[in-house]
Amino acid sequence: MVNAFAALVSGIIFGIGLLLSGMSDPQKMLAFLDLAGEWDPSLALVMLSAIGTSRLCFVLAARRGETITGAPIQLPRQTEVDRRLVGGSVVFGVGWGLAGLCPGPAIVGLGLGYGPALVLVPALLGGLWVGGLWLGRGRVTPR
Amino acid sequence: MLIGAAAGLLLLVNGRIAGVSGIVNCLLHSSGRAVWRIAFLAGLLLSPWALHAYFLGVGVPAPSVDLAPYGWGVLAVVAGFLVGFGGRLANGCTSGHGVCGLARLSWRSLVATLLFMASGFLTVYLVRHVLGGGPW
Repeated sequence: MVNAFAALVSGIIFGIGLLLSGMSDPQKMLAFLDLAGEWDPSLALVMLSAIGTSRLCFVLAARRGETITGAPIQLPRQTEVDRRLVGGSVVFGVGWGLAGLCPGPAIVGLGLGYGPALVLVPALLGGLWVGGLWLGRGRVTPR
Repeated sequence: MLIGAAAGLLLLVNGRIAGVSGIVNCLLHSSGRAVWRIAFLAGLLLSPWALHAYFLGVGVPAPSVDLAPYGWGVLAVVAGFLVGFGGRLANGCTSGHGVCGLARLSWRSLVATLLFMASGFLTVYLVRHVLGGGPW
């Protein structure tokens, strides 16, 4: 119950952060990616401050060693850079550069009733699903 | 700041990484349908409404986009598919690798972030300056 509520609040704050910073605006996102045009670097500052703030929380979490409710903190354990990571990231970037939407802003866009997001999110689900099949294990083991 | 704080909240209370593509992906599979994941996505969906309620009357900064008259639907499908497929293979997207991963000083995430940024830059360059177009 605490977890569900915290996740709901986290989702709302996350979404408001995306909206206020302009991350949820595909035009702004594409302007950030357009180095050769009128480059708008402001989203880099948004990313840096997001990383800085969550860095603080990760340090704090590492020091505590457990969550506020005393549960274990579950972090990814993979450290290896493999072909999957490289290929997947490159493909992700192409899709991101085409529409200017990545998964977080796309879902906020759904909430806004924004046309491209309504089309893009089902395709995104399809991509996740096919990606799972491609990896040869349709089911992931959630950590 | 808010994005980082939200990721921190999920970490400190739930001990989880705020990776949007990972959370969505887990929900696609029956074994991963945990309440916290649904709640996080519900929060994202509700955020425009919450912002609107907070700033009563100021209005949500909606994407300032006029849809190009040609094939934007096809483009959105292709882009969405690539984002989903790539995110699944790489085990993360802008939030999981770009924010949380870099905040954890993960080598994997640094590589992923540099790669998807480079390929995003290149894609926008090709679409806007070589093909001379762009969706919106």
